[in-house]
Amino acid sequence: MERIPILRMGDLLLVTIQVDLHDQVAMQLQDDLTAQIERIGAKGVVIDISALEMVDSFIGRLIADTSSMARVLDAETVVVGMRPAVAITLVELGVAMPGVRTALNVEKGMAMLIQSRRED
Amino acid sequence: MNLHELFLTEKDAIRSGWVQELQRVSGNLAGRVSQADLMKRADEMVGLLVQALKSSADNTVGTVDFTVLDRFFDTFARDRVEQGFSSEETATFVFSLKRPLFDQIQAGSGGDAKAVAQLSWDASELVDRLGLRAVGAFQRMREAVIERQQHELLELSTPVVKLWKDVLALPIIGTLDSNRTQIMMETLLTRIAETEASIAIIDITGVPTVDTLVAQHLIKTVTAIRLMGADCIISGVRPQIAQTIVHLGVDLGEVTTKANLADALSLALKRTGVRVLTAAEAT
Repeated sequence: MERIPILRMGDLLLVTIQVDLHDQVAMQLQDDLTAQIERIGAKGVVIDISALEMVDSFIGRLIADTSSMARVLDAETVVVGMRPAVAITLVELGVAMPGVRTALNVEKGMAMLIQSRRED
Repeated sequence: MNLHELFLTEKDAIRSGWVQELQRVSGNLAGRVSQADLMKRADEMVGLLVQALKSSADNTVGTVDFTVLDRFFDTFARDRVEQGFSSEETATFVFSLKRPLFDQIQAGSGGDAKAVAQLSWDASELVDRLGLRAVGAFQRMREAVIERQQHELLELSTPVVKLWKDVLALPIIGTLDSNRTQIMMETLLTRIAETEASIAIIDITGVPTVDTLVAQHLIKTVTAIRLMGADCIISGVRPQIAQTIVHLGVDLGEVTTKANLADALSLALKRTGVRVLTAAEAT
């Protein structure tokens, strides 16, 4: 089965979603990501969804959930690069992802995590 | 004899009669459309009409399938709309077919009154139906023009301007409805994605009233912008609007609001790490 690669950069993790996110793949990603955070003690996660063209309410909630789980494991999550169409869809679906931090691109997302770690 | 046969045998006579009639009634159209163009149209329509009449199963006008003529009427109506003709003038084009048709019926009947009456009725019905189709096509084209203009107006009414590096602004003038919000949201979000601006200011100074629906639209837009990773400030909230929002019990939640655009810009600059100093302060 397809798996989304999780890249390690110091104590940050970078997940770039390049394929259509099916429910099964997304759930696998949730498992992998939480396991990886725990294993290396990651302090931050950047989820890049700039290649994602379609989302449904399930995927939207799953991303929000994953981010909450990461926070419980003491890693802050930033969702970056959401496309306009995806943002509109999520708002219309009523999945506003409260509590999830967002940034325009990977660079800004990384800067945000580094900044907030410095403030801690 | 039926209409189809009449058209087959007397096609040329009908056509030349029609063109004459057209020239007579279209004296006041001079300058907008050429004789050659009128003749070309008449020619084309008579040809298609013969085809259409052939499709009738029992040789009555009621069963004629006019779909072959629809394309002709569509292009004809589009040209007429573009040239600024009225619906009356467009209909006259078709209705002027009546006289030459009746002339031919009379000439070809050989004195049989019953046949003349039947044929005249058929011809009359045929021309009426053609006229209705022509006017229908004309109306459709006019509506298409209006729709296109409405759409263009909507696009013109949502200008996204760049105020500073990383700061975009969208001044809204006029009432916000669902349709307009949709376009506004799309334009603004697309521009944010293109420019990677980190702050967007929505200025509602020009919005006359804010009701629950408009407030909801604004909240949706702000949420979508936040999901993309940018910040949004709403500026230009007038006292009456602030009162309405509170009276309606609308929860603006975490949306940052400012009384005017200047305050919003200064907050945006502060957030992007820009400081504005007067010349005296700078030295």
